[in-house]
Amino acid sequence: MANDLLSVEHVRRTFPRGGGEELLVLDDVNLTLKEGEIVGLLGRSGSGKSTLLRLIAGLSRPQGGSLSYLGAPIEGPVQGVSMVFQGFALFPWLTVLENVQLGLEALNLPPRVMRERALAAIDLIGLDGYESAYPRELSGGMRQRVGFARAVVVHPNILLMDEPFSALDVLTAENLRTDLVELWGNGKLPIKGIILVTHNIEEAVLMCDRVLLFSSNPGRVASEIKIDLPQPRDRTTAQFEQYVDQIYVEMTARRVERLRQQQATSTTGTDMPLTHVSPSQISGLVEALSALADGKADLPDIAYDQELEVDELFPVAEAMQLLRLADVEGGDIKLTHMGKRFADGELNERKEIFSRALVNHVPLAAHIKKVLDERASHSAPKTRFLDELEDHMAEDTAEETLKTVVSWARFAELFSYDDDTAAFSLENPT
Amino acid sequence: MKILPPVSVEARRLLPSRWDLLAAILVLGFIIAFADASRYLVHPLSSITGHGLTLNPWDLPGYALRTGLRMLIALGVSLAFTFTYATWAAKSPRAGSLLVPLLDILQSVPILGFLSVTVVWFLSLTPGYVFGAELACVFAIFTGQAWNMAFSFYQSLRTVPPELEEAGRMFGLNAWARFWRIEAPYATPPLIWNMMMSMSGGWFFVTVAEAISVGDTNIALPGIGSWIAVAIAQKNLPAIFMAIVAMLVVILVYDQLMFRPLVAWADRFRIGNEQSGDQPQSWALTVYRRSRLLDLMTKPFDQMMRWSYYWHPPHFGIKAATRDYDSRLADLLWYVILGLIGAYGAYRIYEFAHASLAWSDLAQAVGLGMITLVRVMVLIALASVIWTPIGVYVGLRPRLTRIVQPVAQFLAAFPANILFPLVVSMIVIFDLNPDIWLSPLMILGTQWYILFNVIAGASAMPAELQDAADNFGVKGWLWWKRVALPAVFPYYVTGAITASGGAWNASVLAEVASWGTKTLHAHGLGAYVADATLKGDFHRVVLGIAVMSFFVVVVNRILWRPLYWFAERKFRLT
Repeated sequence: MANDLLSVEHVRRTFPRGGGEELLVLDDVNLTLKEGEIVGLLGRSGSGKSTLLRLIAGLSRPQGGSLSYLGAPIEGPVQGVSMVFQGFALFPWLTVLENVQLGLEALNLPPRVMRERALAAIDLIGLDGYESAYPRELSGGMRQRVGFARAVVVHPNILLMDEPFSALDVLTAENLRTDLVELWGNGKLPIKGIILVTHNIEEAVLMCDRVLLFSSNPGRVASEIKIDLPQPRDRTTAQFEQYVDQIYVEMTARRVERLRQQQATSTTGTDMPLTHVSPSQISGLVEALSALADGKADLPDIAYDQELEVDELFPVAEAMQLLRLADVEGGDIKLTHMGKRFADGELNERKEIFSRALVNHVPLAAHIKKVLDERASHSAPKTRFLDELEDHMAEDTAEETLKTVVSWARFAELFSYDDDTAAFSLENPT
Repeated sequence: MKILPPVSVEARRLLPSRWDLLAAILVLGFIIAFADASRYLVHPLSSITGHGLTLNPWDLPGYALRTGLRMLIALGVSLAFTFTYATWAAKSPRAGSLLVPLLDILQSVPILGFLSVTVVWFLSLTPGYVFGAELACVFAIFTGQAWNMAFSFYQSLRTVPPELEEAGRMFGLNAWARFWRIEAPYATPPLIWNMMMSMSGGWFFVTVAEAISVGDTNIALPGIGSWIAVAIAQKNLPAIFMAIVAMLVVILVYDQLMFRPLVAWADRFRIGNEQSGDQPQSWALTVYRRSRLLDLMTKPFDQMMRWSYYWHPPHFGIKAATRDYDSRLADLLWYVILGLIGAYGAYRIYEFAHASLAWSDLAQAVGLGMITLVRVMVLIALASVIWTPIGVYVGLRPRLTRIVQPVAQFLAAFPANILFPLVVSMIVIFDLNPDIWLSPLMILGTQWYILFNVIAGASAMPAELQDAADNFGVKGWLWWKRVALPAVFPYYVTGAITASGGAWNASVLAEVASWGTKTLHAHGLGAYVADATLKGDFHRVVLGIAVMSFFVVVVNRILWRPLYWFAERKFRLT
């Protein structure tokens, strides 16, 4: 295939853990990028999207599979692949012009050519007049423009973008997105293909020709959605919304299915990893839902209303599903009977409902409570439970799971935890 | 946590203010007063203890314990000084305008200078007893520990987030409660870092402070320092080696039982949500926390502190806490008093200098100062060229950093005279020039500060910046020029300031080295002060100290301070 810019085949990436274990981050990932395409990688944080981007850039090496750029294997940083970073990654001691020129200096071009090309890129990206400014003097949006100019000036074939808009405010991000899409549409960018990593569903639908949905732990390409809409795209059209809905449904269905599976398969259930969600986030979403007719909402709508990113919404929805405060089904979320009572209740009633939900539906919480009840001292060190968890999951997943249970149990006043002594106990501080 | 250099970099101005001048006069006048007093004191004992000091390995643990205790007491005194002096300087603008320059001058005075002019006076306090000598020794260690701690505390107090202060006021906390509940906790993490640095530096001088001769007064307090002195005099290599092991053990004990728990404990005082990569852990802290005995012992103290917070300012809730008394009169009174003290100090300096020093003495001291200055600068440059690339290499590799940092910390505590046997023997065997080959001893302990700081700087470099450099194919010299060196520069400057100050201080030890009966002299201000101390020539001791302080202050002002601000402005990653 002559027009394949990039091909990624069966790529696997693991990270070493303490104790000789390995954490699988990417498993059997396949991807091709053709000329003239924007491909989006969409998934929750921890799904290995950024890791994949670093592999493509040659910044790290895979443990298995192969990556090739224009038919040649990628074995280190590749000239012709340049990257735009989430945190801009500008050098604070270099001016805008010097930052943009950095990539050219590495190419060892004559100074006159460097200057011409750098000024042209600065002009193209709309940074005219800022050449001698230092990054700290610029706003976030302007900084990311420098990031774009720096990436574009080396005339790469592939532009990699790692959540380039997520550190910007909503208006600035939209402004930059439209500018970029416009430049791309006009064929003014000296670039042949773009890979965009994002966790923003609308952004993916707005910019990409194809979107790959990533599942997490380990990261895999779960499905691929072709966005068949002409550019420039309008967020308000029915087709646009349909694509957004479709992605939501696919992403939630998979997650909820997995949650159910986990609950069903594990015998005790205490080995189920939990994502940290605070009780006030749960209360917030319950209240928002109870204000709606029937306590039911479309996930994209509620995300939009609550100004939540996918990354923030899904864990809360899942926690509610786990605690049986809500049902998540096919892109919808609906309060259960308990959820409605929770919404109507006073603080004490809420705590009681939460406490019962913990004991009945969160096996780890029930387990800790039982151990504390049985012990004469009514206390137990954290390590006792952490060691148990670490038999089944990675160290930091275990830490997060335990942290989640602690925060839920504190709200429910089920048991307490003292960080100084690292011990659980039944007593409440007086 | 941002690490600041242990000298005043707060003001950007280059030229000395009249406060700097007054501070210099006060310090010098004070030293002269001591020196004068010492001359007229009858030497009560020609030598103290230490006669029984033999190189018996069984005595070494006892000596190590005594040395460790001296350092602990000095650290306690330094803390008390820090809490009072730095708080006063930060709270009262009137006092602060003098106290800060004073601190700046004090930190420039070589530590052995303090010791040589005060030891006789301390001895006279308790004629016939060892106690005076112990006091002098603790005082010398104190002068090596206190200044940078006070600086760090002062700088922290000045930068307490205003909303914390305001919250404290709104809840009616009195000044005492605000200090202990808001200001002191906020200042704790940097203070602990400085305590660790002080402790390292303290080792360097404890070895000398325990065994010192000023004129006819010979002191040898039982401790590791005296052990090393005796071992050097007897050319006993195994004994030197044992002393190194003993030091290592004491340093480890301090680290495990005191500093590690402190660092882990102070982790809670970090303001904001910056999560450090991994939380500091300490097994000892866990033991302390679980111990009921300790809990029982601290409870009454805890309760007392609690009660002390209950006292509200009398005007709380009634009117705003502004005090308006006639501050003009108070100002005037303050200035008049300072003026009188300054004039008296200047008179004493004049009288002292006039009575026994000629201009030629000053010229000689300044000339020697220039030699030492060249030595310090060359050594700092050499150390920078060697340690900066190594520090960058280590700092970019977290696993290596975890191994190298504690080793460098131990090496920083390594007193120069432990290497005397090696250096003196080499110079004698190969017939080398002591002016050149004694110099490395000066930077032996302080070069590590450059390494520390560069490592810290390199490991603080955001991963994204490294990725960006890789992605754009920035390699080789271009990488050093555009990426690595600018990234570590602010950290390097802080390290170099510390190293330079330390090197001046160490010159007094390093420019004269002996092994057995063989003593080598280099030309320099350090040797000048050391020799004058040995002879008990107070005039030349004071002159040497004054000239050295002058050099240190001037170098700080015209080189390091501008460099620091340049680095802050241009290279700081925010």
